[in-house]
Amino acid sequence: MLDPRTGRLISQGRNMPKVTYIEHNGTPHSVDVPVGTSVMRGAVDNNIPGIDADCGGECACATCHVYVDAAWLPKIGLPEQGSQEGAMLSFAAVAQPDSRLSCQITMREDLDGLVVRMPEGQH
Amino acid sequence: MSNTAKHVVIVGAGHAGGSAAALLRQYGWQGPVTLIGGEPTVPYQRPPLSKAWLKGEHELADLLLRPATFYPDNRIELRVGCEVAAIDRATGCVALSSGERVAYDHLILATGCHARALPLPSSQLEGVVALRTLADADRLRPLLRANSRIIIIGAGYIGLEVAASARSLGAEVVVIEREARVLPRVASGPLSNFFQQRHLAGGVRIITGAAVEAFDDERQRVAAVHLSNGEAIPCDAVLVAVGAAPNELLASAAGLACDNGIRVDAAARTADPAIYAIGDCTHRPVSLYERTYRLESVPNALEQAKQAAADLCGRAPPAPEVPWFWSDQYDLRLQIAGLPFDVAETVVRGDPGSACFAIFHLAADGTVQSVEAVNAPAEFMAGRMMIARRKRVVASRVADMSCSIRELAG
Repeated sequence: MLDPRTGRLISQGRNMPKVTYIEHNGTPHSVDVPVGTSVMRGAVDNNIPGIDADCGGECACATCHVYVDAAWLPKIGLPEQGSQEGAMLSFAAVAQPDSRLSCQITMREDLDGLVVRMPEGQH
Repeated sequence: MSNTAKHVVIVGAGHAGGSAAALLRQYGWQGPVTLIGGEPTVPYQRPPLSKAWLKGEHELADLLLRPATFYPDNRIELRVGCEVAAIDRATGCVALSSGERVAYDHLILATGCHARALPLPSSQLEGVVALRTLADADRLRPLLRANSRIIIIGAGYIGLEVAASARSLGAEVVVIEREARVLPRVASGPLSNFFQQRHLAGGVRIITGAAVEAFDDERQRVAAVHLSNGEAIPCDAVLVAVGAAPNELLASAAGLACDNGIRVDAAARTADPAIYAIGDCTHRPVSLYERTYRLESVPNALEQAKQAAADLCGRAPPAPEVPWFWSDQYDLRLQIAGLPFDVAETVVRGDPGSACFAIFHLAADGTVQSVEAVNAPAEFMAGRMMIARRKRVVASRVADMSCSIRELAG
């Protein structure tokens, strides 16, 4: 069902999964991110510093770049070979082997507790 | 050090204004923030209006910049459907069209653009629409049905994006462009050729080098368009997509310098220390190219929102960004990095026939000025990096596909 105030899906009967975003300076932010919402959206909707998201989630800008915590990388996986995301990341500033574009990670119940870190800058 | 307890009033609740309000809170502004928007909707993203929204692939929640609850949760007083009539700099107030006055300590103008109208007396006919706002998109959407006949005047980004969306909805589409090629002001010749071919293959009829002289109507509803070449084309609807002009009247009436946009410096400040201006409505320095320009883009709106919020909060200014643009049409993703100033040489990398290629624009000394990339995200990203670093390249190596993009950028 939809939340009448936000127009967004409310996850029913279960706890909302949490994501912890850690700023480049080490400041953590733990927020609820509804299932089906992108990790980028979770940051923007909660005004978390360090995610620009210029293109609004179209995988066109690489300004929602995050590093996925090592414990979560097996569950999240890396961008597919030859994907738009992989190509964008290959030239993103300060990319690492654990880099992802957070607009391409969709929240699932089994990602409850996910930890991502933000790079020094998005441009 | 700034006093972050004062009242910031933001006029315009689009991408720039909405982002500025959020960034002020993110950067620690303590005082009241009032965000005043003329449209009845909370801040939303305009780029999908010509694409996913028109095709019915988005819900309103997808379109919103942030959820409606964000504003009260962050102590941002959002006033939608509220027109600002004047700025009174002497008393530090904005006057609303209702007569109410809102006092400010700092004012951010984020008034955006409006769609240019055709200088034709009959352009008020029913079935003639522009596309700038959500309300415009909702007027346009029901006109794009299977076999409905739509004429799009203007082959810029909006015109061509709507053409692609309309074709996917089964409408018959004619695009009329006054200049000799599509995307005349925003793309290079080779890129225009490529997009023209793609739209022809998609079943769009394109007429270039023709001006619109008149509309025919049947009971006040548009029925045909007359062209300067003598042709009359019957239609069910017309989209006028002949560019946008900055909303600068509020600023100019208040004595602020305007010249194709409100003049601002690199921190988005006008000449009045209490007033900033951000987004499409500004004429701003573009330091990378050592000139001033008016940029119409979401990245520009966000960059200037950061500049103004950082300046107000006493933070270090954000690093200058390379201007960039994107457009999605059919199965094509166009990404453009930089601006094509002082171009001496243009080099195509890859085969346009494969619909995966990039066009590099180089200055006389080989500096990469701009890169237009079609389904070529690595070239776009590498191009953006090379432009930022003022990288010089040799044209023959750009064209040589045996030289990897990584080698080229390195």
